[in-house]
Amino acid sequence: MGNINLSYLFEHPRRVFDLSVEHLTLALTVLAVALVLALPLGAIATRFHRLTLPILAILGAIYTIPSLAFLAALIPTPLGLGRDNALVVFVAYAQIFLVRNIVAGLRGVDPAMLEAARGIGMTSWQVFRQVRWPLALPVIMAGVRTALVTTISITSIAATVAAGGLGELLFTGLTRPPRIGLPMIVAGTVAITTLAVFTDILLRLLERQTAAAKAIRAAR
Amino acid sequence: MVNRLYEPTSGHIRIDGTDILELPAPQLRRGIGYVIQQTGLFPHMRIADNIAVVPRLLGWDKKRIHARVDRLLDVVGLPPDIYRRRYPAQLSGGEQQRVGLARALAAEPTMMLMDEPFGALDAITRSRLQEELLQIHRRFGQTVLFVTHDIEEAVRLADKIVVMRQGQVVQYDTALKIVTQPADPFVAELVGTDDVLRRLSLLAVGAAMEALGRTIPDGQPVVKRSASMRTALSILLEKQTDRLTVVDEDARPIGEITMGTVQAVSAITDVPGERPASLRAPGGQPAQKD
Repeated sequence: MGNINLSYLFEHPRRVFDLSVEHLTLALTVLAVALVLALPLGAIATRFHRLTLPILAILGAIYTIPSLAFLAALIPTPLGLGRDNALVVFVAYAQIFLVRNIVAGLRGVDPAMLEAARGIGMTSWQVFRQVRWPLALPVIMAGVRTALVTTISITSIAATVAAGGLGELLFTGLTRPPRIGLPMIVAGTVAITTLAVFTDILLRLLERQTAAAKAIRAAR
Repeated sequence: MVNRLYEPTSGHIRIDGTDILELPAPQLRRGIGYVIQQTGLFPHMRIADNIAVVPRLLGWDKKRIHARVDRLLDVVGLPPDIYRRRYPAQLSGGEQQRVGLARALAAEPTMMLMDEPFGALDAITRSRLQEELLQIHRRFGQTVLFVTHDIEEAVRLADKIVVMRQGQVVQYDTALKIVTQPADPFVAELVGTDDVLRRLSLLAVGAAMEALGRTIPDGQPVVKRSASMRTALSILLEKQTDRLTVVDEDARPIGEITMGTVQAVSAITDVPGERPASLRAPGGQPAQKD
């Protein structure tokens, strides 16, 4: 051990690249589906105070289910092996990050601000679109960032249910003799980490572009 | 309730004869300039966008909005080229409240609703903004409904005052009448019945003066209409005279204050339900009671 062997990365760049694209595609698909669910769920959890805690508690509990067990549990269902199985599991995991931050973001807007918006003549939709949503956006986007980065790292185990991605390199590597296997594992780890780090940086830059974040920076 | 943030449970509120319940609430509110305590400016919008909110809701075209924003920033004394692109958090409390005022004026409302707009400001800034509000009001002339807990502010700014206590209207009158003829002990205490100087300092010269009825002799000492009666009194005493010419902001004579005026507003009519307070005039002589 001790030798970080990058040979696989240089000998099979094409394979690492293809698996990275597959990996990222799966993670982004998870995020897209997760957002479609989380936005209405977050709106409900924000609107009805009695539901906030139960919803967040359930989503938190889902996140504690061990991932391999969760994936395995879905194999006997119609989802079976493959992409759909992984998709369902990762979407379920992402909910807690998204819904929690949607609730925190929307609730965090000063009620006096919303009353002012109503008072000068905005309709409910205009209040949401022009005041509440933009003010909540930095917090919501932070949730999206956490969800996506977490999904990218956890997508590594998608390979166990034949859903592809960079996990292929890790799990194939484990079954080979160290001389061949170790460089595969190193290549997979480096690629996954790079994806996660760059995604994080990219989304942070995007967060800085929101109107609310600009206003906060300007005030310093 | 006037802009239907709270709906009346009974009774009617009419603006120019139209019941406010007849209009959809957002449409009603766009016609009423609204200024609130702590400004309520939107922190994520630049100053220009904050002022432009209501005109945009009303669908004004860009050029007209741009010109309007510039004009209003000038009116409230904030140079547009410096302030347009700033965010509210970059402004002081007083500047923010000026922007709040500009935003309320933006869509040329026929009426303004000001809910303790200057409550959170320091005394100097508050006083300056009150003066500016008076000037703006003289210029645009809309009706302003101004809510305040500060009787001095009320008397200084208002043509007519509604005194409310626990949701009941106690007195509806001119500033002069509120100060000189309080309707009950509550109002009397509010304006400080047993303190002549306090009441004199509440009243603006403009509210108590006799309007220009005859030509005023030249060379008479002058007093501004926005000055308090207390100031007028000290000028009268200082100059050893019994007549002052009241002038407006452009130094044009508009009326006259005499020692008689001071005495008239110093005197207080009997407050219903209370024994008349004994009054002493500043000179130590008993004040004349009518």
